[in-house]
Amino acid sequence: MGKILDSRFGKKIIFLLLTFVIVQILISTNIINDYLQATLATICINIILAVSLNLITGFTGQFSLGHAGFMAIGAYVAAIMTIKIPTFTSFILGTFLGAIAAAIVGFLVGLPTLRLRGDYLAIATLGMAEIIRVIFLNLEVTNGAAGLSGIPRFVNWPWLFVFTTGIVLLINNFLKSSHGRACIAIREDEIAAEAMGINTTKYKVLAFVIGAFSAGIAGALYASYFYFIKPNLFGFLKSIDILVIVVLGGLGSISGSILAAILLALVSTYFQSFPEIRMVLYGLILIIIMIFRPQGLLGSKEISLSTFNKLGKFFVFERGRK
Amino acid sequence: MLEIKDLHVYFGVIHAIKGVSLTVNDGEIVTLIGANGAGKTTTLRTLSGLKKPSSGDIILDGINITYTSVQQRVKMGISHVPEGRRVFSTMTVLENLELGAYLRKDKAAIAKDLNMVFDLFPILSDRRKQMAGTLSGGEQQMLAIGRALMSRPKILLLDEPSMGLAPLLVQEIFNIIRDVNKAGTTVLLVEQNANMALQIAHRAYILEIGSIVLSGSSEELMKSEDIKKAYLGG
Repeated sequence: MGKILDSRFGKKIIFLLLTFVIVQILISTNIINDYLQATLATICINIILAVSLNLITGFTGQFSLGHAGFMAIGAYVAAIMTIKIPTFTSFILGTFLGAIAAAIVGFLVGLPTLRLRGDYLAIATLGMAEIIRVIFLNLEVTNGAAGLSGIPRFVNWPWLFVFTTGIVLLINNFLKSSHGRACIAIREDEIAAEAMGINTTKYKVLAFVIGAFSAGIAGALYASYFYFIKPNLFGFLKSIDILVIVVLGGLGSISGSILAAILLALVSTYFQSFPEIRMVLYGLILIIIMIFRPQGLLGSKEISLSTFNKLGKFFVFERGRK
Repeated sequence: MLEIKDLHVYFGVIHAIKGVSLTVNDGEIVTLIGANGAGKTTTLRTLSGLKKPSSGDIILDGINITYTSVQQRVKMGISHVPEGRRVFSTMTVLENLELGAYLRKDKAAIAKDLNMVFDLFPILSDRRKQMAGTLSGGEQQMLAIGRALMSRPKILLLDEPSMGLAPLLVQEIFNIIRDVNKAGTTVLLVEQNANMALQIAHRAYILEIGSIVLSGSSEELMKSEDIKKAYLGG
């Protein structure tokens, strides 16, 4: 047992459990009150969205502006399911059905549009997200522009935690495998990657499918936590919001996306107290970070537990020298 | 081992390759020489599968591979060093080489080939942890060739390895190509630098606006007055 806890895997588990327990205690003692809990939910949902978009844009190099579209599919499927049958099983089922529906759309859209590159792909994905939004706007079952309200809330901190860590670990493991190498090779040079025998179409579509699936889950969590959705929540601006988190954290850095999602949500919550200048300050912070860290907060580097170890050793070493 | 029969390739309405036929025998270095826009790169890309031909046949060891995928061709032993090197610049030298063996599963043999590449290019061994984008042009060319060798090709397709390199480095690269060939890899070399290419090649084909206009042994071609005038600056 001691050996397992000492291993990297064990340390990761301990770190995750500690995070979970500490937040849970803060919630039970009401230090994280209802208002802050909403921020917590936003952070978790944004982490899923940003990490999954990072897989598509940061690692595989496919510029996508349609992430909100995939999110909308997950949100609507889960919302309709839980409104019709308000049980927990139906929520879990709806979440996965929504995610699968988003993944299928990601696949269908991916195949023909992935022949496009760079800005052309961005425009095509933007168009795709708008089509999804307009469909939800005009369907009867989605209640049009008014949206769906009174969605039963089944999401709480434990479930947010489970889904967020699940998705992050899934994408992280994918990227650490030879599949991840293939994706990064495509970002670096598609022709060379193809010449090496990497099936570039397969990996581009796969990145879109996994990304869309995760965004679908994020949408379902959103619908269930905030019990109200309407098509306009999933417009162009939402896609941009997600892209901002990814770029700010660093294209090609999972921990960067997580850090940026937490930071931006906290900043945004803090600025709620000054509603008049809130967006001005938010924009100003983005501009300042982009001037001083154009590659994003972490660039393409990752923070891991071993980083802390190294930092610790570095300080001990420095002190030893004095 | 490799044979092209009456190959035609179009870019939209432009007829880029107009019925090219050529053969590369086992163990040879064959060079394809021609000016800018003659269709050398297109021929090579069609051979590796990056570009689809509109008609014609590509035959490798008796098997028609005209319509097989790039992946299949890499597995069958065709390896392409693309024009302009195209290394994965934010990856390390080692990661680049490992990606060259992407389709292979035999870890022990991969490790052996990695040592072989490092023996061939000692400078890459020194820089194995360095980002490929920070290497010099010559080193990047070496990395591109090394990466292509990692798939254990029977035939290596080289697209303008001399491009943008200093004369001394060009000589070094060409020496290495000769070494690789002596070690048993067949080479099809596309070059603008006809002089250098003819010196190491056994046979050569001259490509002009999409068609082969002349072919023969390198010695023969080097003596030909027309070739001297048009390609060798004499």
